[in-house]
Amino acid sequence: MGKFLLRRAGQALIVILGVAAIVLVLEHLTPGSPARAILGQRATPGAIAAFNRENGLDHSLPVQYVDFLGRLLRGNLGYSYRLNESVGSLVVHEVPNDLILVGLGLVFALAIALPLGIMQAVRRDSWFDRAATGVAFALYSMPAYWLALLLVAALAISAHVFPPEAGQSTATAGILRDPGGLVLPVLTLTLVNVAWFSRYMRSAAIDTLAADYVRLARAKGLPERLVLSRHVLRNSLLSVVTLVGLSVPMLLTAGLVVEYVFNVPGVGLSYYTAAVNADYPVMLGVTVVVGLATVLGSLLADISYAALDPRVRRD
Amino acid sequence: MAEGARLGQEDAARLGDPALLARRGLVWRLARQRDAVAGLVLILLLLVFCFIGPLLHPTDQLHTNLAITNLAPNGAHLLGTDGSGYDLLGRLMVGGRVTLEIALAVAVLATAFGVVWGAVAGFAGGWLDAVMMRVVDTLLALPAVFVLIYLATVVQPTVPLLILTISLLSWLGPARLIRGETLSLRVREYVAAARSMGAGRTHLIARHIIPNAIGTIVVNATFQVADAIILLATLSFLGFGLAPPAASWGATLSAGVNHLLDGYWWEVYPAGVLIMVTVIAFNMLGDGLRSALDTRLHER
Repeated sequence: MGKFLLRRAGQALIVILGVAAIVLVLEHLTPGSPARAILGQRATPGAIAAFNRENGLDHSLPVQYVDFLGRLLRGNLGYSYRLNESVGSLVVHEVPNDLILVGLGLVFALAIALPLGIMQAVRRDSWFDRAATGVAFALYSMPAYWLALLLVAALAISAHVFPPEAGQSTATAGILRDPGGLVLPVLTLTLVNVAWFSRYMRSAAIDTLAADYVRLARAKGLPERLVLSRHVLRNSLLSVVTLVGLSVPMLLTAGLVVEYVFNVPGVGLSYYTAAVNADYPVMLGVTVVVGLATVLGSLLADISYAALDPRVRRD
Repeated sequence: MAEGARLGQEDAARLGDPALLARRGLVWRLARQRDAVAGLVLILLLLVFCFIGPLLHPTDQLHTNLAITNLAPNGAHLLGTDGSGYDLLGRLMVGGRVTLEIALAVAVLATAFGVVWGAVAGFAGGWLDAVMMRVVDTLLALPAVFVLIYLATVVQPTVPLLILTISLLSWLGPARLIRGETLSLRVREYVAAARSMGAGRTHLIARHIIPNAIGTIVVNATFQVADAIILLATLSFLGFGLAPPAASWGATLSAGVNHLLDGYWWEVYPAGVLIMVTVIAFNMLGDGLRSALDTRLHER
């Protein structure tokens, strides 16, 4: 177990170093130069040289890379001259909204997809299974924004049930101030995730149902209800851990799209706004955060899987 | 098929003619997959719509015409016109052509590169495998939409550029998949036999590993097309796709959304439905192919 954790953490560290290298490359791709992207087209050569000196951009690339890692370690994600705010404080201010939005979408989706997948597996190939598979398949094939638009058209424009926009409070976790505005964004994310998760849960449950310990439990005469709750559900929870950990990029992408459609003040929308305004420091800082979240997600998935499943620990 | 002929073929296949088994088996099993057939038919219809459609229904998709903006569907414009006066039916055809061209090119490029990368990594093992897979992990850590938006702010996307950048972010899945396949294939007897006869690495990968993973490769490539279409449509929807006046489904939808409150349904729903149907078609074909190729599933 210890060896496994160590090796896995080492891999994650290498990947984080790689992500930092890519972000540095992206920074140097900015039109003209990073200095020109920030100071503008009419910046004087003197101003550019001063900016480069101040930000260490006159050093060689390897030195810049080490500098960059050092800044990241100190929690310095860069500074947005456009917003006159450090990217770190922007992210810290907006991440609670993302966590609420994406978290709710995730929790609701699991609450639906987990029992749904097990029920589909139990009644495999029944009309119920086929219908659920069909719906999940259609949802899976829809871009998130198209689903969001359909929901807005149906529930906000035709029937004025929910507002088409999230709450706009600037307070930390401000979207909670207007719960009505949360309904459609969370519903969109929930449906997107259910489509994604239920296929996986169904096949995981089919595998579990065929496992020896389930057959043994049935042979012992355990009531089907207990077989499902004690053995199938619990073991399916194991695969949920992996699934959620590996879904971070998908969750963040869907989050960006949903934040754009519903104007949710979150990191995804900030990324979009920064792209429209060519605010490179924000884009680069958010990219680092997104990369870290993905790496941590898959690392946590592996660690918790090993912690929960004794079979993984043994080898 | 006559019973006698079928028995004869069955015997030949059982006697171990792998080519016959593969050839007869695949077409037969694919034809039995209703989903795959439906997906294939849909794809053919879409290809006709996007590539032959503009010849039967030629429209000007370059010059705006402010005299005929936001017209409801009528005799001259079967799906109406958009906010710039473009004929929407024609625009969806042209937009679909670009979408399919890019998505198919991405699927081919990303699959080819990913297959070679994965096969080499899985076959080599050791430190080379470790380094190659960390490269894959690193690129996977950055969600494609974020990176593509960033790149779009640096360079105005063009068709070749989109093919290149989306491919650069899409080969990771196939690479992982094929590495896994290679790990299990490289210990098979026929690979060991070929190696003992002095076959080199390139020969083993090109002649034994990749051909035997071809099922996995083709299924994955089909899903790649679907994923690329969603990615492209998402980029255009957010405004980071091809620059106007180039047509794309995502951009049409995005522009139409501004008129959702005006009730101009024709500017929103046809584009959205087309994206969805196209993605469904490729996913159905992929699912069907997977079932048809998964012999274990059929022997059971």
